Amino acid sequence: MTLDSETIRHLSEASVSVELQTEDMTLNIGPQHPSTHGVLRLVARVDGERCFDVHPVIGYMHRGYEKLSEVRTYPQITTIVNRIDWVSGYCNEIPFIVAAEKLMGLEVPERAQYIRLILTEMQRIASHLVFMASYPLELGAATPLFFALRERERVLDLLESVTGGRFHPNFNRIGGVKPAYASGSTTRKLPQDLPAGFLQDSRDAMDKVREAADELEDLVAGNEIILARTKGVGVLPPEVAVAYGVSGPNLRASGVAFDLRKTENYLPYDRFDFDVVTAENGDCWDRWYVRLQEIRESVKIVQQAIDSIPSGDLQAKVPKVIKVPKGETYVRAENPKGEMGYYLVSDGGQGPYRLKIRSASFSNISILRWILEGILVPDIIAVMGSLDFVLGDVDR
Amino acid sequence: MPGWVTDLFSNFWVSLGGKLLLVALMIPLVGMIIGFAEMKLSAKMQSRVGPYFAGGRWGWAQLIADGVKFFQKEDLIPADADRPVFKTAPILVLVGTVALFVVIPFGPNLIFRDLDVGVFYALAISSLSTIGILMAGWSSANKYSLMGGLRAAGQLIAYELPLVLAVVGSVILAGTMSLQGIVEAQIEAGYPFVVIQFVGFGIFMIAALAELSRIPFDMPIAESELVMGYLTEYSGFRFLFFFLAEFANMFTLSAIAATLFLGGYWLPGVPEDVLEFAGPIILITKVFLLVFAMIWFRWTFPRFREDQLQRIAWVWLVPLALLNIVVTALLKVIL
Repeated sequence: MTLDSETIRHLSEASVSVELQTEDMTLNIGPQHPSTHGVLRLVARVDGERCFDVHPVIGYMHRGYEKLSEVRTYPQITTIVNRIDWVSGYCNEIPFIVAAEKLMGLEVPERAQYIRLILTEMQRIASHLVFMASYPLELGAATPLFFALRERERVLDLLESVTGGRFHPNFNRIGGVKPAYASGSTTRKLPQDLPAGFLQDSRDAMDKVREAADELEDLVAGNEIILARTKGVGVLPPEVAVAYGVSGPNLRASGVAFDLRKTENYLPYDRFDFDVVTAENGDCWDRWYVRLQEIRESVKIVQQAIDSIPSGDLQAKVPKVIKVPKGETYVRAENPKGEMGYYLVSDGGQGPYRLKIRSASFSNISILRWILEGILVPDIIAVMGSLDFVLGDVDR
Repeated sequence: MPGWVTDLFSNFWVSLGGKLLLVALMIPLVGMIIGFAEMKLSAKMQSRVGPYFAGGRWGWAQLIADGVKFFQKEDLIPADADRPVFKTAPILVLVGTVALFVVIPFGPNLIFRDLDVGVFYALAISSLSTIGILMAGWSSANKYSLMGGLRAAGQLIAYELPLVLAVVGSVILAGTMSLQGIVEAQIEAGYPFVVIQFVGFGIFMIAALAELSRIPFDMPIAESELVMGYLTEYSGFRFLFFFLAEFANMFTLSAIAATLFLGGYWLPGVPEDVLEFAGPIILITKVFLLVFAMIWFRWTFPRFREDQLQRIAWVWLVPLALLNIVVTALLKVIL
């Protein structure tokens, strides 16, 4: 409600102001608030229930990972990048490891690449299921949470059986992957491999996840109130989305068919048949639906990968002390939240000279100020939830 | 019964004291039963176990333990709060609930007070708790509480009208506003009024959900938006008061719905001389069926937005209720 000089003069000349002048309220949403996914803070100026300006404040979760990376060795950084987007910890490792391998010119064994791909897609399913769980909760429906998290547990169990970690797998090594201790001997010189029965278990779990996706669609998409709350709310036009650097499912929901899995070859995605899911309207409902469809696509990819996984080594030959040759590179990957990239500058030492992390959520929430302008307070929560960001991914 | 016992109970003050004690005991009891049912049923609906350890089996003592916990908590009042208003609000909310018990007929002679304007009284007194909520929201000196309180007030205005209009159909059919009289009219007619008044019943239940601010109409609390709405600053036994009032209110509003539309303490085919004893059981069974439906909705639906709620109330419920009245009146005249 800015008054230009013309209006002010008009008001001062008029003896009676017809319009009732009300003071607007500054509402501080967060950093401690049930729906800000951690510690995002929104300073909203509201007039009743209508909010006409939102100022997001970030930085409460800043852990200095970029700086920290400069004093760590490459194998140590894997543990750090796990913690950037903790809902999809595994996916964060991939672009970093691939960047290091690219500078070293390493040829990663096929089997290791397939395992990376299978686990990445599983992590994508797990991450999207967290969204499936939390989004209806923000609209007030508590029950889908349990349905979605139950299925996520199935996937996380599989991830755990291979990597030994549920959230922070720390599984990739430069030149390959390293299964957990429980899945093979580490004392003798026997090669480690995937745990026995993993492929069959994954196949079963994927069938169940696909059923669960149908169930979730019934539960949520069949609900009139959810449709009323999300359709046409928080519309993000494609031009705006591109201009702000929004990526991932949020971008695809606006109708831009941009998927790094199709364009970059950081993992052998070109060997599998899957679709890039897009929607038309770019509202909250589309963002929900695109993620549901992506779960189905990921299931398809995992199933194909399991059927065609080659045998062989899990680890390329690498020196005991890993030193990355001098040079710089940028590797980006399609993470569950969007585009994740690492700009790696090496001066030939054991750790990077500089590591710039481009995380998806940071760019995705830059849209908040634009998209939250002039909407109702309940819709702030609905729109914010539909962008599916993680604060660790925003602040790093 | 010896003469002095009858004398004792016919004494006004003794019988009043007895009735007050009964109501005072009933509120926590009903609150705990419904609260426990909610915990267990929601757990069932979400494939969880629910309370499990307290009390040995099924966690039956969970709510007793919760109650004890609330009393142990520090009684916090925000520094900027309007202290007298802040302290009165939970009492007012609970009083609105307790006062509703007065007019509910549990049996042919089992009613605290059969008022001639019973329906009117019940609807008027049930909105008292909304004033308590508004007071709680206003006095907490918290922006979330304020928004919650204002939403509750908006909801009251939107939903009091359909609630009252929905009841009129039953009143026209019975020809009386006394709740006891309405039940007797249903016995006389031989069918519960819901057979004719199904529209009125539906509107009443929707409006009752809004009155109770339960999902899908829980905007005054709206955990994911307003933290806890008007309850944000309450703790300890004041919070417990709101908590109890919510569950007891579910009971009383369901009891009024059961009385007006489902035949109250009467069931078709039950001989009238048994009603004296079976009445309370029949009524409470009906009430718990309605309460079950409320719990079921709560764990199935998300919440509406404030403007959507207003639209439902003014665009759908009010015209429907008016139409229902007209049709009922015409039927009454023609038949």
